[in-house]
Amino acid sequence: MKRTVWNRRHLLGVADLEIAEIEMILDAADSFLEVARRPIKKVPTLRGRTILGLFFEPSTRTSSSFEIAAKRMSADWVNFSTGSSSLKKGESLLDTAKNLEAMAPDMIVVRHAHAGVPDMLAREVTCGVINAGDGAREHPTQALLDAFTIRREKGRLQGLEIAIIGDVEHSRVARSNVLLLTKMGARVTLAGPRSMMPLEAEALGAEVAYSVEEAVRDKDVIMMLRIQLERQSRRIFPSVKEYFEFFALTRERMKTAKDDVIILHPGPMNRGVEIASDVADGPYSLILGQVANGVAVRMAVLYLLDGARGEGA
Amino acid sequence: MTLLLRGGRVVDPSQRLDAVRDILLRDGVVAEIAERIDLGDASGERGGGDRGGRRGGRGGAGRGVGAGDPGVRVLDLEGKVVAPGFLDIHVHLREPGHEHKETVETGTRAAAAGGFTAVACMANTHPVNDTAAVTEHILSQARRHGYARVYPVGAVSKGLQGEELAEIGQLHAAGVVAISDDGRPVASSELLRRALSYARHFALPLVQHAQDLDLSGEGVMHEGVFSARLGMPAIPGAAEDAMVARDLLLVELTGGRYHLQHTSTARSLELIRDAKRRGLDATCEVTPHHLLLTDQEVLRSGLSTDTKMNPPLRSARDRDALVEALADGTVDAIATDHAPHHVDEKRVPFAIAPFGIVGLETAVGLCLDRLVRPGTIDLARLVDLLSCGPARVMALPGGTLVPGSPADVTVLDLEQEWTIDPLQFQSKSRNTPFAGWKGRGAPVLTIVGGRVVEVPAPSR
Repeated sequence: MKRTVWNRRHLLGVADLEIAEIEMILDAADSFLEVARRPIKKVPTLRGRTILGLFFEPSTRTSSSFEIAAKRMSADWVNFSTGSSSLKKGESLLDTAKNLEAMAPDMIVVRHAHAGVPDMLAREVTCGVINAGDGAREHPTQALLDAFTIRREKGRLQGLEIAIIGDVEHSRVARSNVLLLTKMGARVTLAGPRSMMPLEAEALGAEVAYSVEEAVRDKDVIMMLRIQLERQSRRIFPSVKEYFEFFALTRERMKTAKDDVIILHPGPMNRGVEIASDVADGPYSLILGQVANGVAVRMAVLYLLDGARGEGA
Repeated sequence: MTLLLRGGRVVDPSQRLDAVRDILLRDGVVAEIAERIDLGDASGERGGGDRGGRRGGRGGAGRGVGAGDPGVRVLDLEGKVVAPGFLDIHVHLREPGHEHKETVETGTRAAAAGGFTAVACMANTHPVNDTAAVTEHILSQARRHGYARVYPVGAVSKGLQGEELAEIGQLHAAGVVAISDDGRPVASSELLRRALSYARHFALPLVQHAQDLDLSGEGVMHEGVFSARLGMPAIPGAAEDAMVARDLLLVELTGGRYHLQHTSTARSLELIRDAKRRGLDATCEVTPHHLLLTDQEVLRSGLSTDTKMNPPLRSARDRDALVEALADGTVDAIATDHAPHHVDEKRVPFAIAPFGIVGLETAVGLCLDRLVRPGTIDLARLVDLLSCGPARVMALPGGTLVPGSPADVTVLDLEQEWTIDPLQFQSKSRNTPFAGWKGRGAPVLTIVGGRVVEVPAPSR
């Protein structure tokens, strides 16, 4: 029986979500997608609500996407700039949380370099908390927008063959996606250099391949991960040139994928590093569609979490 | 002061004894141990009459205490277990320098409350215990405020910097019982070699926190299934194994004495086992938390920083190997690595929290309930691991109830039920992953130098 009541106040990770909840978010996002096509892109749903963006790590697209989502729903969005904040003056994270709480926001959207920070916040504050990325652990709205993009294109998630390729070890996008896609019945294959693969990668619930060619064979979807170039200095790959030569997604390497394969990338892309430009801009690429879908998915999340206010879940 | 311990089940592996005995403690040492020791005054909880003489003990095995004893206190310990005092050879008392976490006073109170009559405290204080002056300060604090015996461990290197040898001879003269840069492994092979050689002059064991810092890097938990799922920077088991392997090669080269702290992996146990077989002077300890918890606890606890310690909680396979090594004799001691941290220091994201948990007040109960009760090891083996074994490792007085040895005794009640409540700790700190755990079997009396230690009610 399909669940129709949402009673979750926080979105901390895909790991917590039930299949029915994921479907509710994706279904709601379908209806919010239409708002972007209106001449006046605004609905009054969250009028009077205050949503706080708390980005401890630099973020342009995720924070903008949340901000646009909030504003399209008539909420007030406040960016708490951590660069110049009291955190630099030594205030503890929990004291900051308490102070923000005293300003009575309705929701906090948080990104932090350390895993578990959104959960810590959720334990300390009474408003809703949305995880916009914690360490290399989870990035649930990214996985939701990826699933949403795939579902719109393929009409389903169940039974799809999906490859996720790149720096899996350091990727919260990969972790959330594996959790979400496998919950929804897709089969996921992880691939990338062995020096960027967790020791127990199979524990994530996916298959593991060690060449791009092997990973993309017969796939419906290929998701490329961003390579953080600064990691080269930390000895986990030799050079950008070599990475491109052995592990990038190129037209040649895609040949064994299904004919109607689609390409995703969470951005920002490094053209000529993990993905060739002609692939990124090619007909299979849904990369810009992901960005547009991101706003709708985040509107859906804000809407559902707001609806659970006061229900104490 | 004379104390007669009446009718307890005496478990003392040092003399292969597990039988009901009376024990007489006088002038700070064990005076006598016999099936029955009778006081001159038959009436007497507080004997010392002038009648003298002796009464025949049951079976004629006992003797009277004799006349002229000025006040003998008798403790009826029927149904209790009487063991040589427990020694925890891996404790951080945090004094001097980190008194907001713990002091010699609160740390030894925690020790006594937890059934330990003595602790060896590590050198990573501020200033570091790398000079005789610091050692003397710790010993003086222990004399003035101590509830248990305190054996300071000196630094291997000045300032724990791993560059120059500390003044090991002077530290020894001041009273250190071992040398260790605990918290910071001795990374330099050359320095370790020299330290192992030099410490032989003083018969001091070199006590190592073995971890290849290059491999452990920024890691905060064991590298395995759960670090993969959490995306957490991780410490592979090989970080410990690699350093233990190197260390043992240098022990072989130098003939030095080596003790491996908080052994956490199956592989490093194999290395120690092999070293012992080949006659090297190598010993090892394990902690209760590595015996009872695995890395799964990090996830299960919702990233509680009380599951963060170094070495990290390891895989179930490693944990099983540690438990097996307890039983087969590879492990010489159970030690807690009691590492108090202030609540403000631990209430931060997992990745940046300090490593370590407190252990003094939970160790004995946990071992009784989770290791002895299910039959993993027997009671005599546990006493060996908590008393005789650690005394041997650091050549400490105690670890036995043979007459003439220190009158340090731990009394256990195997039936006493407990629930771990950090608010009741004597320690200043509360960082334990065992809060709320329940079990049966607990230390009920701690006797140091022939006196029952009276611990004040916990301060809140």
